[in-house]
Amino acid sequence: MNDFLGIDWFFLATSLAKTLGIIFLVVLPMVSYTVYAERRISALIQDRLGPNRTGIPFTNIHMEGLGQPIADAVKFLLKEDLTPAHVNTFYFWLAPCLAMAPSLLTLSVIPFGSWLFGVPMVIANVNIGILFVFAIASLSVYGIVLAGWSSNSKYSFLGGVRSTSQMISYELSLGLSVIPLFLLLGKLNLVDIVDYQARNGWLLLPLWGEGLTLRRWLLLIPLLISFVVFTISIFAETNRLPFDLPEAETELVAGYHTEYSSMKFALFFLGEYAAMITGSSLIVTLFLGGWHLPIPWWSSGAGFHFALVDGAAPGIPGILGGLFNIATFFGKVAVLLAFFIWVRWTLPRFRYDQLMRLGWIFFFEIALVNIFLTAGILFYLP
Amino acid sequence: MIKDYLPILIQAVVAIGFAASALVVSIILGKAGKRNPTKDTAYECGMLPEGNAQPRFSVKFYQVAMLFILFDIEIVFMYPWAVVFREFVRAHHPVIFWSMLSFVSILTVGYVYAIKKGALDWKK
Amino acid sequence: MSSLLPWLFSAIMLGFACAVVLNRNPVASALSLVVSFLALAGLYVSLNAFFIGVIQVLVYAGAIMVLFLFIIMLLDLKAEERRTLNTTATLGGLLVAAIFVCELFSVLRHFHKGSLPFPPLAAGPLDDVRGVGTMLFSNYNLPFQVIGALILVATVGVVVLSKRELK
Repeated sequence: MNDFLGIDWFFLATSLAKTLGIIFLVVLPMVSYTVYAERRISALIQDRLGPNRTGIPFTNIHMEGLGQPIADAVKFLLKEDLTPAHVNTFYFWLAPCLAMAPSLLTLSVIPFGSWLFGVPMVIANVNIGILFVFAIASLSVYGIVLAGWSSNSKYSFLGGVRSTSQMISYELSLGLSVIPLFLLLGKLNLVDIVDYQARNGWLLLPLWGEGLTLRRWLLLIPLLISFVVFTISIFAETNRLPFDLPEAETELVAGYHTEYSSMKFALFFLGEYAAMITGSSLIVTLFLGGWHLPIPWWSSGAGFHFALVDGAAPGIPGILGGLFNIATFFGKVAVLLAFFIWVRWTLPRFRYDQLMRLGWIFFFEIALVNIFLTAGILFYLP
Repeated sequence: MIKDYLPILIQAVVAIGFAASALVVSIILGKAGKRNPTKDTAYECGMLPEGNAQPRFSVKFYQVAMLFILFDIEIVFMYPWAVVFREFVRAHHPVIFWSMLSFVSILTVGYVYAIKKGALDWKK
Repeated sequence: MSSLLPWLFSAIMLGFACAVVLNRNPVASALSLVVSFLALAGLYVSLNAFFIGVIQVLVYAGAIMVLFLFIIMLLDLKAEERRTLNTTATLGGLLVAAIFVCELFSVLRHFHKGSLPFPPLAAGPLDDVRGVGTMLFSNYNLPFQVIGALILVATVGVVVLSKRELK
């Protein structure tokens, strides 16, 4: 381990390539197009058209407005860059960076594919995966607190305070709701969770391998409860409707980023959508099988079974399989993002006391009972 | 091993670097801000700012933050418990189940007390 | 390189710990403390104590410091920055620091390097969460329950103190 400097440049280079690839080729484009999808889907739901004009410049080609995110990015960069005189300048600039970085950092432990060219498709395969996710997620309140405090404006301040106590409240149900999974698996490593699901059935779809046992079908009840609590808590963590009180425009204008403009505002915006992507990736990884997609297959030898697309296979099939797994993962994430958007334009907002009641009393108690339900099943049916 | 954690360091550097460079690029490319007194006052829906910009807020927020720390510690203990649970059950050590049950029961007393005293009731 | 990391993280930790004391602005102090905690977490991780490292971030940087920031937000920061050093408090602080340094020296004088070497780490991937769990629930069951009682007392304390009417 000490002669590290001599040995593993390959490891460093692949890690750097994966990092850059995930951030710049996948997450940032995905963020931009989630914003576009949000606008188009909300238009669809409200019987409007939405942005459908921006296409290739100087031509008549509209492409259903697919050029809109690029135009938005250019505008964010070119807009007047104003730091109002009443703010606390250093923290005012620091806050957007702190709001953006944690959601990108969390992605580093989530397996987004199986193997490609003999390299595991996860940036950091660590044993404490899920705890790392929660630890970094708990740091994302600093961007919001600092934005609210440094803006020296009532709306920002109240938005920041509200947002912080909402996020910490739902961190509890987030942390509690996934414990049944780890009771079952006995590991905190996210890569192992997906491998387990690929071999023994997704946690919410136990149709093959060990998943066909009576115990797994009994465990489906607590796992479903976990899934519901976890998903709703992710909505609250990412400040999405119906939990968007920190930026409830009828009460607080824009909440903690009221005083922000141009790129500094854009970073909050990006951070929020990146957090959505991270949250969806987590849901996919924990409950919906990660990169794995079961393919119903019939062969005369084995009969009907689900085939595993293996990225570790040698040669061309392995490469195609690896790419297929990555596409599967981000496809699932995209479906969940569409669900996030659908919910946003369907449900009304909670009142603050209802939100706190839901988090602290309803979810907290359900998650706690759920843990002992799971433990009981595993205890009496070992 | 520690080697597994180095990519996280790389990712952190890239993430913070991206955020910082986005800000720098917008300073270079963006229009310099033209100041005027209106832009330099806090936004209050068109009215002049009134009173202290950082109003004192309800003690409930502190209560929630403190209770959060306490229950967060409870949750932290549950992760090692979850990891070793099935090993203990397989080795016939039922203590693992009852130990956590009693730990959580002790904490539930505090939780029920906080609810009964209205610490988590935001309507009041 | 990995033997360099602990030193790097220690340096960051100590540097920002000094910044906590030297900053006049309470928010700057609190944030320096957060960075110091993060570096401490990095130090733990670089010494192969992954679980402790991540808990350091989760509990200290992510929970306790948020409460600190909440409390600091209540202060009048302008008044805090104007406040001059209190002579008695400074002398008292220096006295405490001096006593601590003396104690440290008296302990280190009796310390012989290498007299009780650490047992070597097990080969292969180290699963320290499992280790913590196994120890906690086999040898330390009673202390674990006592911690539960301690947290119960703290919960009651939170509720009682914040409910107290000001006279």
